[in-house]
Amino acid sequence: MTRELVKGNVAVAEAAVRAGLEGYFGYPITPQTELLEWLAHRMPELGRAFVQAESELAAINMVYGAACTGARVMTSSSSPGISLMMEGLSYIAGTELPMVLVDVMRGGPGLGNIAPAQADYNQIVHGGGHGDYRSIVLAPASIQEAIDLTVLSFELAEKYRSITVVLMDGSLGQMMEPAELPEMQPLRKSDPNWATNGAVGRERRFLSSIYLNPPDEEKINLRLQQRWQTIQANEVRYKDYFLDDAKLVVIGFGSAGRVATSAVRTARAEGIPVGLLRPISVSPFPSAVIEELSKQVDGLLVVEMNAGQMLDDVLMAVKDNAAVEFYGRMGGVIPFPDEVLEEIRRLAKGEMPVNGHPRHRWLQRMPALV
Amino acid sequence: MTTIDAGLEQLVYARPRSYTDMPTHYCPGCTHGIAQRLVAEVIDEMDIREEAIGVASVGCSVFAYNYFDFDFVQAPHGRAPAMATGIKRILDDRIVLTYQGDGDLASIGTAEIVHAAARGENITVIFVNNANYGMTGGQMAPTTLPGQKTTTSPAGRDVEQTGYPIRVSEMLAALDGVSYIARRSLHDPKNIRLAKKAIRLAFEAQARGLGFSMVELLSICPTNWGLSPLEALKWLEEHMLPYYPLGEYKVNPALVQVKI
Repeated sequence: MTRELVKGNVAVAEAAVRAGLEGYFGYPITPQTELLEWLAHRMPELGRAFVQAESELAAINMVYGAACTGARVMTSSSSPGISLMMEGLSYIAGTELPMVLVDVMRGGPGLGNIAPAQADYNQIVHGGGHGDYRSIVLAPASIQEAIDLTVLSFELAEKYRSITVVLMDGSLGQMMEPAELPEMQPLRKSDPNWATNGAVGRERRFLSSIYLNPPDEEKINLRLQQRWQTIQANEVRYKDYFLDDAKLVVIGFGSAGRVATSAVRTARAEGIPVGLLRPISVSPFPSAVIEELSKQVDGLLVVEMNAGQMLDDVLMAVKDNAAVEFYGRMGGVIPFPDEVLEEIRRLAKGEMPVNGHPRHRWLQRMPALV
Repeated sequence: MTTIDAGLEQLVYARPRSYTDMPTHYCPGCTHGIAQRLVAEVIDEMDIREEAIGVASVGCSVFAYNYFDFDFVQAPHGRAPAMATGIKRILDDRIVLTYQGDGDLASIGTAEIVHAAARGENITVIFVNNANYGMTGGQMAPTTLPGQKTTTSPAGRDVEQTGYPIRVSEMLAALDGVSYIARRSLHDPKNIRLAKKAIRLAFEAQARGLGFSMVELLSICPTNWGLSPLEALKWLEEHMLPYYPLGEYKVNPALVQVKI
């Protein structure tokens, strides 16, 4: 295969097709719409299911129904649409069905804007829908990575009967980069042994998230929690850069991580002993890796396109092992590498901060920036 | 015990194969049991039990999956037509049905039912209209009649404050994607027979790929209406029939020749 110049949303859509996507149900919303548009012609020409739903609420429930048949299914949306899908996501988690969700995040809260942001971290990583469930969440920082993680997301969803989310942002969805798409995979040939696909010569099956007897519901919850432990043990993914002799570590995911990579490279050229950890699986979160790292460095700088939603997870991992500083831009503003570089220089130059909460210190610095 | 001569024995009535022998949770006198039995009989008669996939909704209909003996899934409140769409689009050779009450279909699920009908989604909807929210204890539904007392319209439904009941069959019959819509009632044997015929036609429409089909079944809720089952049947006849006229609201011409 050769590399081609491809737009992020189209790349993810085509990667899903080649990974064996059998049903897609979606609704237009910027900056995600090209995904829907690409699949609107690609799926029918391959004889696969495509419906433009009347709402994100309907789209996620179409996915819910299609997932019950054992098919490889997906939907995609952007932040306000994802909020609407939370009901269905909770039901799908409670029914233990595999599905893939692509969230191309934009500025919020509310209608916000259509610029890139990362403020869905909490609603995607820490739930959003009701009940005790977790989703596997993979955050790419390039179009090639978005393609690869989309393919992987179907495998993980089916392996763990879990929701798997590809968490990207408007910049990844909208930009074009050279990337290599995977070979077309054949569609699956057999149905899983739980699928409601018609009781031909077998006992009937039913799929549901209702367990009226609390001890039964608790058993399901226990199974979900135990499965999550397995996922935590096996599916942590991250990328690190220049960590060997680093005294300062920058942590950022997705586009913020990519911007931070540029800043870290420049800082290294200036002789600053700084490295970078970019979580790819933000759920399960690489807590153990960050905890170990925090014992070897003087400080960590968390960079996000939100008000520090991942910061809270980093703080829990770091405990009191090292100083933590935060730098974030919100509402669809993307930080420039220079802004992150300034933070790195400031921390490399002086004492690591110890007083107060990193979010509080950041809020005190912010008025000068906006 | 008397023994019956095997030669004289003739089975005239039995539980449908598509209906389990689990006792239902419905209140005494409730017509859900009749509605479900009719659906099961039709599925047996059409010999489509192995192709059938049902979608239960939220409300008293929530446990429908316990009673039907074929594959079933359970939808969030109001979303059964969306789930059914997902199933049918993947498995277009199966027979997909939703079983929904009036709060589910005509209130929280209006967008899903309207658009499933507008898309001509090739599914069959069994819509049980008993003019209130039964499962939560008799609150006002979009189908509650003007003046009807419920726990949330204690002085009787005041249309000045709460608007008017929705006639779902008439509303959906206006959409081009619809192949068959009928409103029937379960208040006496004659109407029950007509209801069964309508259910059969609705599934025949789906089997022929004609598009969206629905049967609205007027039903009683003696417990929440505060009436005995017999009084409730009479109340339905006297109050619901005038507001919700029975009949076929849309019949695809291809169904006219179907002999049942």
